[in-house]
Amino acid sequence: MTVTLFIPCFMDALYPRAGISMVEILERLGHKVVCPEEIACCGQPPFNSGFWEEARTIAAPVLEKLKNAEAVVIGSGSCGAMVKKFYPELFKDTPHAELAKQVAARTWEFSDFLVSKLGVTDLGAKFPHKVTFHDGCHGLRELGIHQQPRALLTNVRGLELVEMTEVSCCGFGGTFAAKFPMISTAMGEVKCAAAAETGAEYIVSSDSSCLMHIQGLLSRQGKPTKTISLAEVLNTR
Amino acid sequence: MSSASQFKSRAAEKAGDLRHRSVIRTALRSYEVVRDKRKAAFQSWESARQAAAETKWEAINHLDEHLVALTSKLEARRTKVHWASNGAQAREIIAQILRDKKARSIIKSKAMTSEEIHLNHALEKEGFSVVESDLGEFIVQLRHEPPYHIVFPSMHLTRGEIKDLFQKELGDAPSDSPEELTMVARRVMRQKYITADVGFTGGNFAIAETGMISITENEGNARLTAALPKTMITLMGIEKVLPRFSDLALFLPMLATAGAGQPMTCYNTMYSGPRQPGECDGPEEWHVVLLDNRRTELLADAEQRDSLHCIRCGACLNVCPIFRNVGGHTYGTTYSGPVGAVITPHLRGLQDWKHLSNASTLCGACTEACPVKIDLHHHLLQNRRNASSSEPAFFEKLAYKIFAIVANEPAFWSLAKKIGWLTQPLQSLVKGTALDPAKAWTKTRDLPPQPLESFKDWWKNRQ
Repeated sequence: MTVTLFIPCFMDALYPRAGISMVEILERLGHKVVCPEEIACCGQPPFNSGFWEEARTIAAPVLEKLKNAEAVVIGSGSCGAMVKKFYPELFKDTPHAELAKQVAARTWEFSDFLVSKLGVTDLGAKFPHKVTFHDGCHGLRELGIHQQPRALLTNVRGLELVEMTEVSCCGFGGTFAAKFPMISTAMGEVKCAAAAETGAEYIVSSDSSCLMHIQGLLSRQGKPTKTISLAEVLNTR
Repeated sequence: MSSASQFKSRAAEKAGDLRHRSVIRTALRSYEVVRDKRKAAFQSWESARQAAAETKWEAINHLDEHLVALTSKLEARRTKVHWASNGAQAREIIAQILRDKKARSIIKSKAMTSEEIHLNHALEKEGFSVVESDLGEFIVQLRHEPPYHIVFPSMHLTRGEIKDLFQKELGDAPSDSPEELTMVARRVMRQKYITADVGFTGGNFAIAETGMISITENEGNARLTAALPKTMITLMGIEKVLPRFSDLALFLPMLATAGAGQPMTCYNTMYSGPRQPGECDGPEEWHVVLLDNRRTELLADAEQRDSLHCIRCGACLNVCPIFRNVGGHTYGTTYSGPVGAVITPHLRGLQDWKHLSNASTLCGACTEACPVKIDLHHHLLQNRRNASSSEPAFFEKLAYKIFAIVANEPAFWSLAKKIGWLTQPLQSLVKGTALDPAKAWTKTRDLPPQPLESFKDWWKNRQ
């Protein structure tokens, strides 16, 4: 299968290792990976801020680039939700309405693609650490992804998965983190405390944006817990 | 100060208040345990939600017919029905009844609609004495505060604080035991009940089929409010209508479960009229005031009409990480939390209240918790869209226009990343200070180090 990999803007700039791991994993599974160079962002920042016209300016060319893709895999639950769930809403009653639905139907979040589409749960990874998994809210509630990353983590050699008792948002929320920094920080602190309670060495997530927020707090507060993307864990040997 | 800047400054302060965080967390932790236990007792909570949502769709989409049916049934049993288009009208209708009755004191059971129209304040200004009889409401009334939460009005207070309050205001607080404090409040209230001229209640559901108003409570205070004074006044929003009596079989346990983790609320009473000939109890007169107050504008909004489904259970507040960190008073609205953020812009003006829709990560915990399946967090997105398209913030729009140009042109995007990488050392010099353009982030959090080689660079080099 030819997989069109959509690496979100912040992952491209700040977390290339996560994207590289995705390429390597997909190729190891025997798929051809393409990454359209022209695609930088899905348009979620303006969309979430209410600027739908500007969001369409970004999203329409994305749709055109993905028009003929056999399968689109996005390296984030949040951006995945944008394309899968919100593009049809954003382009409703526009010339791109039909295309938005078609592309949405062929788009997958990375862990969902591996488990639900490819039926793969064991990638032969080895990561001898105690970890906890943070569900990004968009992946969890817009796309209903919960079991998939856990199925993948369960098969990682040496990995011990401990769940947090409280399922809560990390407080990132895109521009929310800058518009309401203190609320965002408080939410992040609650999240970090829940993670610390598990005794995990690493917080793993499908969403680098959540990890950026969590790690930002952990580093500032000098906490020992580390963060790592799911793809990087799955790409260990 | 505008409502937006007030919210921002109060929110920033409360969010950092670790004592508040822990009080609310503790209170809600015990709620979560019982709620989940009760949800599990439903054969299928999800099917129940679906059924409730569908019943509410039916009720709201035919609101006109249901209200006519309700009114004629109520009037047939000598209930006086009043229609109030807005808060001022409702206040005047209620004040006029009190004047006609030459009433002096009013005993009230819990009603968020009375908070919505600022009834107590208006009545007290006219010289009436108003006493809240729900224990939580009684406590916040003593503190001259609005309720903190639509179901748990005084959840932000510890028993110690309540003891001190009773000592100061009532001169009686033997200990901080909830039982003893309740007895103090009960003794005060009993006197008020005996002397009250008028009893005032809210309403949880109005049954169109039978012309009944259902009131749900845990303390028996609403029953006393309705039973002792000669005149009873009930104020409720027009959206509280349910088509059939049998709908209560679903809605009463759902409200109790979602709202307080109870199988059923302790007292559920259906009122169908004042004292009828030959009956030995009940008020001699019953006035029902049906309040619009811009609910019909929400009804006209096909996209967000389902927010009229709300049964005021508070489940969305309880799961909301924003509510849990900023607290109920910070909102400055009658209805706080996610549902408040959705409906307040409709009830009180979009531009003045859009900040509540922005103050969300769109995490969706509210939508997941809502027993009547209101699409809460997507309505927040729609409010943002409506606010930005009608009155866009100039610099924000400009920023997104520039962002769109950069995102659409690989050369610009690549340049932006290079600039980001190059300015990192400078940024770290001013980190968190007034000079730092990213200070909103860096004041409390570190930025990730940006690598020289981006994913796209790696991909290009590899090809």
